[in-house]
Amino acid sequence: MLQVSLPHYLVVGALLFAFGLVTVSTRRNAVGVLMGVELLLNAANVNFVAFNHYVMEGVSGQVFGLFVIVLAAAEAAVGLAIVLAIFQTFKTIDVREADLMRE
Amino acid sequence: MKSNVGKLIFWVVVSALVIGFVVAITGRAILPAAEAAPLTAGGAAGLPDVVFYALAAVTVAGAAGVALSRNILWSAIGLLAALLGVGGLYVMLSADFLAVTQLLIYIGGVLVLVLFAVMLTNRIVDVNVSNVSAGLYGGVLIFVATIPVLLTVALVTPWRLRAIGEAAYTTGLIGNALLTRWLLPFEVASLILLATLIGAVVTARKEIKAD
Repeated sequence: MLQVSLPHYLVVGALLFAFGLVTVSTRRNAVGVLMGVELLLNAANVNFVAFNHYVMEGVSGQVFGLFVIVLAAAEAAVGLAIVLAIFQTFKTIDVREADLMRE
Repeated sequence: MKSNVGKLIFWVVVSALVIGFVVAITGRAILPAAEAAPLTAGGAAGLPDVVFYALAAVTVAGAAGVALSRNILWSAIGLLAALLGVGGLYVMLSADFLAVTQLLIYIGGVLVLVLFAVMLTNRIVDVNVSNVSAGLYGGVLIFVATIPVLLTVALVTPWRLRAIGEAAYTTGLIGNALLTRWLLPFEVASLILLATLIGAVVTARKEIKAD
């Protein structure tokens, strides 16, 4: 099926999601884990917008996508602030080394 | 520390469970629920389809780069490619406002923030799993566990597609929607941004040690 339709976009979303999941699970760098989370959110966003274009009337899917972008930016900011705080405390951002609850 | 034999048995059991789960879910739950949807229907590929395939290739290659790179900076470049590709896909889906927002906020904000964090904490050299196969094999297992189920659902389900009319500028439509139907999430999102601002500033402050 060469002509592009909804399943093609869903496949792209699925691949993005799987790679994001692999990144979150196997990265040792905390910033790498956050990059994986961004991939997961983008995968969900692609699904939202694809369904909005091919199945739904109106722009509700795009509004949802907008909220996902806003929340992803907010979460990236707080997550990276936490990574910086961890770096100041543990002098490393290896997720296996940050294993104390309080310094 | 597990011995080598213990580790091998563990990974064999986990692999068997994952493969069993994938086969069971796909065979029992997804395939019977789908009618016989013709997978080979559709016309020939035109220029927009070629553009889609190019953008999709860039996106998936970027995502693979994020997941599999040894160097964290190559992961950041892969993330840039993935975000650019997704922005292009939004344009193909006639979501013009969302595409520009993606470029502005995700690439111009989040990616720059990620690069800042990478540069400021750049003391780690070995940032990915090394030749030890446990981590890499776990990643492959996770990939194998998610992809078949998702692909089957995407390709087999008979989606009810609507008749797509002419593409309209979505900026006004999104603005109207945000102020009529989606007003409450809009206000909550602004509250979340305020909380994020305060939280990020408080969290990343350097403690002034009292001597």
